[in-house]
Amino acid sequence: MIKKANSSDTISRVWKFFTSVKLTVVLLLSLAVTSIIGTVIPQSGTASEYFHKYGELRYKILSFLDSIFDIFDMYHSWWFQLLLLLLTINIIICSIDRMKATWKIIFVKIPPFNVSRFRRLEYKKEFSESSMPDELEQIYKPVISRSYGYSRIEQTDSGFCLFAEKWRWTRLGVYIVHLSIILMLLGGLIGSIFGFEGFVNIPEGESARKINLRNTTEMHLLDFEIKCEDFSLSFYDSGAPKEYRSSLVIIENGKPVLKKDIIVNDPLRYKGINMFQSSYGTLPPREVTLSFTIRETGMEYKKKAAINKPVEIPEGLGTFILKDYSSSAGFKGHNIGEAFMGILTPKIGNTLNILLPLRFPSFDKMRKGDVIIAVASHNHEYYTGLQVTKDPGVWVVYSGFILMIIGCFVTFFMSHQRLCIEVTGKGNRSMVMVAGTSNKNKMGMQRKIEILSEKLDKLVTAQVDRLKAEDC
Amino acid sequence: MNSSIILSVTTFVYGLAAFLYIVSWVFKKEAPGKLALWTAALGLAGNTAGIILRWIESYKLGIGHAPLSNLYESLVFFSWTILIIYLFVERKYKNRTIGAFVTPLAFFAMAYASLHNNSIQPLIPALKSNWLIAHVITCFIGYAAFAIAFGTSGMYLIKKRDTEGKSLLLKRFPKTNTIDELTYQMIMLGFLFLSIGIITGAVWANSAWGRYWGWDPKETWSLITWFIYATLLHAKMMRGWHGKRIAYLSIAGFAAVLFTYFGVNLLPGLHSYGAMGQ
Repeated sequence: MIKKANSSDTISRVWKFFTSVKLTVVLLLSLAVTSIIGTVIPQSGTASEYFHKYGELRYKILSFLDSIFDIFDMYHSWWFQLLLLLLTINIIICSIDRMKATWKIIFVKIPPFNVSRFRRLEYKKEFSESSMPDELEQIYKPVISRSYGYSRIEQTDSGFCLFAEKWRWTRLGVYIVHLSIILMLLGGLIGSIFGFEGFVNIPEGESARKINLRNTTEMHLLDFEIKCEDFSLSFYDSGAPKEYRSSLVIIENGKPVLKKDIIVNDPLRYKGINMFQSSYGTLPPREVTLSFTIRETGMEYKKKAAINKPVEIPEGLGTFILKDYSSSAGFKGHNIGEAFMGILTPKIGNTLNILLPLRFPSFDKMRKGDVIIAVASHNHEYYTGLQVTKDPGVWVVYSGFILMIIGCFVTFFMSHQRLCIEVTGKGNRSMVMVAGTSNKNKMGMQRKIEILSEKLDKLVTAQVDRLKAEDC
Repeated sequence: MNSSIILSVTTFVYGLAAFLYIVSWVFKKEAPGKLALWTAALGLAGNTAGIILRWIESYKLGIGHAPLSNLYESLVFFSWTILIIYLFVERKYKNRTIGAFVTPLAFFAMAYASLHNNSIQPLIPALKSNWLIAHVITCFIGYAAFAIAFGTSGMYLIKKRDTEGKSLLLKRFPKTNTIDELTYQMIMLGFLFLSIGIITGAVWANSAWGRYWGWDPKETWSLITWFIYATLLHAKMMRGWHGKRIAYLSIAGFAAVLFTYFGVNLLPGLHSYGAMGQ
């Protein structure tokens, strides 16, 4: 018996711990503060990037911290996930705990009203009218029932009480917000278990099936092939990029099933897999036309060339071999863009390394040799870089987004409003009290009571005037 | 007449409005206050005209897009939103001293914007999306509401220091309870729009890069801001915090807003935001 009491005691203590709003405040602030770490230290970099950035000593300290706290990937670390888990439990238990009380308030058939509670309110309007209570009842009733969802009249000894209320359900707003957060976290969890995030580079004209997964060396094999038929890029006059476009074809069982041009912000989706335009690059041209200008004769010859295939230089000046291609070659510490490297073997003298930047065709003139070599034309080939993802949790997250917006609006700007108008007859006059409560925005309710009282008073005056006019 | 000139003039008009609001508060005169209101309204008209004209100009350049694509344009929109919300608050609360604390923020934002490149640039591929407008507008409505809450929190703290109510300068402030309430209202408005801003950003990121959340520094800082204001709301609603503690949290929240907007660019990153190519 004693043991049982103890265990239920522990449960209630744990329960109590998680119902505390203090815990919420501590968790939210801890998340806010620790999140800063990951914005100061770049996340998911390679060891050499960190080493380069921080130097040896600081890198050693940081990587020691990383081995315990995963600071190089802190948003996926055990402790950050633990904070999120605690927040989730906190949200759920708090909501259940408070829901028990709110539920009884929200789901009642006949809303209870207590006149004395309204009489005790600090802010209320009291005034007198020269009409009898039953006349006022006829005037007040339609006005109130128009703007309040529920209203009822209770007769009293010397008059009546009009109770009205609206938006009782808005007390659920905060639970909608909490549910939305649970949905977002749940959707994230579903995505991380059943989805993947990867990338693939596909040269123009080729297709790919294997996706490199992010932050791992693993590959993911798709059920279909992605073929890149063409990649094109365009620029504004200022040189800023305007558009990156890949023409993709989905090939399933050897047959093309879907064709689409994708650009940034307009991906291709097929069978739950999304393909996004995310980067591109240039491939070494397969065929190049070289021009050889002979210094002595001034003659220019054009010859086709390919990597590692020797080309005879005209007028018997030797041979030239294209060796290598780089998309960003360096010359004296400057990036000179795309360039070929080759080896020139003249008839007399030593072999020379030749650099042929595509952007500067007369570059080789500087060498002052017998022959000036340049790349006359080349076919440009690109590869497209695609981000390939699958996230079955995304719709759960999106429904969380919608609920978050609705929930916040309801919680902040709508309130459960209750109104009480008590009319007491005194001789041939009536005393009127207008009072109201709301569970939020009390000042707004005070203003409403003020406006309503004026409106009701005016209506009565107008009615009295009309009756007088009819009498005449 | 082009949008740059109109917006430069607007900057000075806002400066004048801020000055008049301060004069009206310090010298307890009604006339400069009325003039301040009209100056502010004139500034707002100029601001609106500037934004619309800039939009039209971008179409004339053949690169038509909403003027919400860079630091300059977003700051101009930020000032516009501050003024709209402020004029509404002035009407509702009937107190012009708030203007002395809020309109300078709009002036500073415009003045800071003028230090930046104000030429109309074409959109880079990553920004070509309908989500751009929804994302920027909602974020900046949120930021503007937080900016006003920052101003009123400052007023609250100043007023609270004068415990005996001796200072004549502070007599014209709204009652401390009213300031506290106004701060709270602004924070709720800001929180709603910050949430929508983060959400539209997430949906956009998912349609552009295939992920709705990537712990990028900018995303993370917007979430930090969200956490701070969420803390404030819970402390206020559930633990009954009010007054000074709320004012301090509101100021901390606005510092996070500023860092999200300006500071993030200073942070190191291995991956640049939505970068294309190598």
